[in-house]
Amino acid sequence: MAAIVQSIGLSKQVLSPSIDGKGQPLTILHEVSFTVDAGESLAILGASGSGKSTLLGLLAGLDVPSGGSVLLDSADLFALDEDGRARLRGKLAGFVFQSFQLLPSLNALENVMLPLELRGATDARERAAESLRQVGLSARAHHLPKHLSGGEQQRVALARAFVTRPKILFADEPTGNLDAATGAQVIELMLELNRAQGTTLILVTHDEVLAKQCGRQLRLEAGRVVS
Amino acid sequence: MNLFFLSLNLLRRDWRAGEWRVLLLALVLAVGSLSTVGLFADRVRQALQQQAQSLLGADLRIASSRPLPPAYRAAAKERGLQTTQSLNFLSMAQHGEQAVLSEIQAVESGYPLRGKIVISDGSEHAAQGSPRSGTVWVSGRMLRRLELSVGDEVGIGKQRFRVAAQIVRDLDHAVSFASFAPRVVMNADDLAATGLLQEGSRISYRLMVAGEAKQVEALREELKAKLSGNEKLEDVRDARPEIRTALERAEHFFGLAALTAAILAGVAMALAARRFVLRHLDTCAMLRCLGAQQDQVLRLFLYQFLLLGVVAALLGCALGYVTQAALVAFIESMRDAELPPPSVLPALKAAASGFALLLGFAFLPLLQLRSVPPLRVLRRELGAPQASTGAAYGAALLVLAGLFLWQAGSVNLGLAMLGGLLVGLLVFFGSAWLLLRSMERHAMRLSAHWRHAFANLARHGRANAMQIVALGLGGMALLLLTLVRADLLQSWQGKLPPDTPNRFVVNIQPDQRQPLLDFFARVSVPQPKLLPMVRGRLVAINARPVNGDSYAEPRTRELVEREFNLSYAEKMPEWNELLQGQWWPSASGREGFAQLSVEDGIATKLDIHLGDELTYNVGGTPFTARVTSLRKVQWDSMQVNFFVITTPELLNDSPVSYITSFYLPSEKIRAGDQLAREFPNLLLIDTGEMIAQVRGIIEQVSQTISIVFLFTLLSGIAVLYAAMLAAQDERVHEAAILRTLGADSAYLRSLHLSEFAVLGLLSGLLAAGGAVLLGWVLAHFVLEIPYRASLIIWPVGALGGMLLVMLAGWLGTRRLTVLPPLAILRE
Repeated sequence: MAAIVQSIGLSKQVLSPSIDGKGQPLTILHEVSFTVDAGESLAILGASGSGKSTLLGLLAGLDVPSGGSVLLDSADLFALDEDGRARLRGKLAGFVFQSFQLLPSLNALENVMLPLELRGATDARERAAESLRQVGLSARAHHLPKHLSGGEQQRVALARAFVTRPKILFADEPTGNLDAATGAQVIELMLELNRAQGTTLILVTHDEVLAKQCGRQLRLEAGRVVS
Repeated sequence: MNLFFLSLNLLRRDWRAGEWRVLLLALVLAVGSLSTVGLFADRVRQALQQQAQSLLGADLRIASSRPLPPAYRAAAKERGLQTTQSLNFLSMAQHGEQAVLSEIQAVESGYPLRGKIVISDGSEHAAQGSPRSGTVWVSGRMLRRLELSVGDEVGIGKQRFRVAAQIVRDLDHAVSFASFAPRVVMNADDLAATGLLQEGSRISYRLMVAGEAKQVEALREELKAKLSGNEKLEDVRDARPEIRTALERAEHFFGLAALTAAILAGVAMALAARRFVLRHLDTCAMLRCLGAQQDQVLRLFLYQFLLLGVVAALLGCALGYVTQAALVAFIESMRDAELPPPSVLPALKAAASGFALLLGFAFLPLLQLRSVPPLRVLRRELGAPQASTGAAYGAALLVLAGLFLWQAGSVNLGLAMLGGLLVGLLVFFGSAWLLLRSMERHAMRLSAHWRHAFANLARHGRANAMQIVALGLGGMALLLLTLVRADLLQSWQGKLPPDTPNRFVVNIQPDQRQPLLDFFARVSVPQPKLLPMVRGRLVAINARPVNGDSYAEPRTRELVEREFNLSYAEKMPEWNELLQGQWWPSASGREGFAQLSVEDGIATKLDIHLGDELTYNVGGTPFTARVTSLRKVQWDSMQVNFFVITTPELLNDSPVSYITSFYLPSEKIRAGDQLAREFPNLLLIDTGEMIAQVRGIIEQVSQTISIVFLFTLLSGIAVLYAAMLAAQDERVHEAAILRTLGADSAYLRSLHLSEFAVLGLLSGLLAAGGAVLLGWVLAHFVLEIPYRASLIIWPVGALGGMLLVMLAGWLGTRRLTVLPPLAILRE
């Protein structure tokens, strides 16, 4: 199978703030290299501060590395400018976040419509309604996020992520804000949609049980891949 | 196009969620107050202008001692202007045994083109057209002098006329000082029959023109080139300086009110825009994550702002139109004034200004949204991108500067206002910040919630200082509207006290001084001060000869070509103000050389500076003297004023006459007639009409400015509201966290109230300071009156600010203490 995500010697350093005002370089990621094939599901595991969220941000082109490169569907992510990366994301990627990140002024349906509208789709409403139906929230389509429970909000986020039929889904601690039972339901739904659409899944978590449900695990410790 | 519709959709959804309301409110208020002020001030200005025109009876007047060429009238008609002609001359009017020299004006139908003559023929009303053939209207003075009544006959030349009415309120004779004689208005058709129109008669021929301003101006330019030596163009600008000064002050007053509204509106919009940006950071990060490019994000919001701008401009202009119409209907004195309809221009100007404010104050904060890092979706702690604040402030400043120059109409006034505003804001900000800092240090001994409150305020020192500045600005508008305005108007009205001189007496001969003073004692009118007057021509400045050709400006040429009225004095008249140099010491301490004191305005016009040596020619004898002081003269004080005053030694031996002014109460009006009879050579000039005009202007401004300031106040409230909302947002999150940490609602309430009390107190003090400062600027530079702010403004500002902000703050944060914290944290 062809590689869809390639991380080549990816490094990230930041200047840590210090008392004397001169920042000390702090290495968050240390030459991380790996490959993910299309349709694969990868869990990035690690403790708090191990660099897993930073890695996800870099893989999705939300941040820029200090060194190394990322190939997304053969395109060199960091050879593109900010807007080029945004276009590539729009074409390839879907996202699910720990804090849901729904727009508070839009109702569930409108939130799901948004990525389609950004692409200029004319049938956004129908496709969004269908996507909401798939996550079982047709009845809540016209509710604002603040009137939905956490689990429902994350299901709306899933509907939004899958409505564009992305090749890659990036998920950052998708169950972090949910109780165990709701979290399990959301994960089940996500993996199901993943399989149905043949999406590649890259999931960041510190939950071993959840990680085991993915095809492969990548363990980070202090910015280095340990397994 | 697609993005445009998406933008509209987002706008609709955001609107439903209430995100845009504050910004729209600020914008509507901005355009609304600007257009109200603009439209209304424009109409008032036009009305005041018309009032001045009514003094002239026309927009433009061409006067000559010879019959005017018919071509002038034809040229005016060609431009679609109305015209009418009149002839003015002096002649005796007779009744029974008595005769009196009177100023007769023969008018055509249509006179006056501007304004109304109010006559009384049993009832008092505005005259329609000219007197009917065979009848005349005469002034009250004439009735008294000839012991006439309405209905009697009066003889003029070979003809007898029936007095059809008494003139109660006259117009154009107030403009020129020439009308010392009682007035008679007759029909031009009767003129030939009087036999007074003869070769060599001293007649002033006047062609009056009125109509569209542009055409009048064009005619003015056209005729200027054609005029012969004895023909003179007169328009409102030639009206008496007393009235012109009052008009200019009124205009500046309105202009400043509009500017204050504009600044406040801008601040409200900046606050609202900043809040909008902060609340949309997540949205932008999410949009970037979903593949939106930077330009798309920007355009998405730009379309919304523009659409909002259009809607706000339309709503604002409509609001402005409705309110100014209501104002006109509301103010009694304006109802009868036949105000011209509002022109479209002020509305367009207001709309354009609104967009400029939107651009300057809201657009740059908006630009920050463009560069929100998409990584924010993973890391919330990445705050608002600090788009170069320098550029943001620079743009706001540029817009303000442009608006100031545009609205103030004068570069100096605009720059002075802008500079004052900037310095004021910096001082406001700096002192607020310092106060917050020092308070924190001294709060250690206070109870827990006070310590916590001060620590909170100091921790966000910059943001809170900004908030204090914004609240202070809003409060300043409030104080300005209430306390300062009342003080100012009272002082302005005090400039023309009830005993303001309403009669001038010119041409008093040296040997008439004592008899004249005796006369005053006899009729129990306070004896006025007689001031010497010598006529002289300026011939050289610093030994360099000057004449009309030395100056480019036509008015200055005229000034140099005619004789000046010089005066001499030991002491400076107390109604003058020394600007530069020193007034000469008393005679004993005075050095031998001759000294001059020159009025500041004419010194500027003639390019005369302190220390220059001027040479005057008085009746063939030249003298040279040094300018040792420059004075400011209050032309609207109705006192006798001189451009140039010399040391007494210099003019003691020159041919001199005396001039004075005094107040003649209406119950002693016959004493004036008696004076004219006993001293037939004196010119007695009635300036009562003019004083009434100036008082009328002040009165109208006083009535209307309060209403114009109301809009300044509304903008001030918008600022307060936006500042309070910003304050609320910052506290929401913190309050929820404190709740989870165990703070009970009583603690939270006292914490918030303490914070708001400090914010309110400080901003109230700054508001009082700002209002006093602005009041001083208005008094000193615009109205030119002494201004002493009442001390009450400080406690009112401080306490009022405190209570107001506490109340608003309590309303805004009340629900934080009752909602479960998770509900807030989740929002």
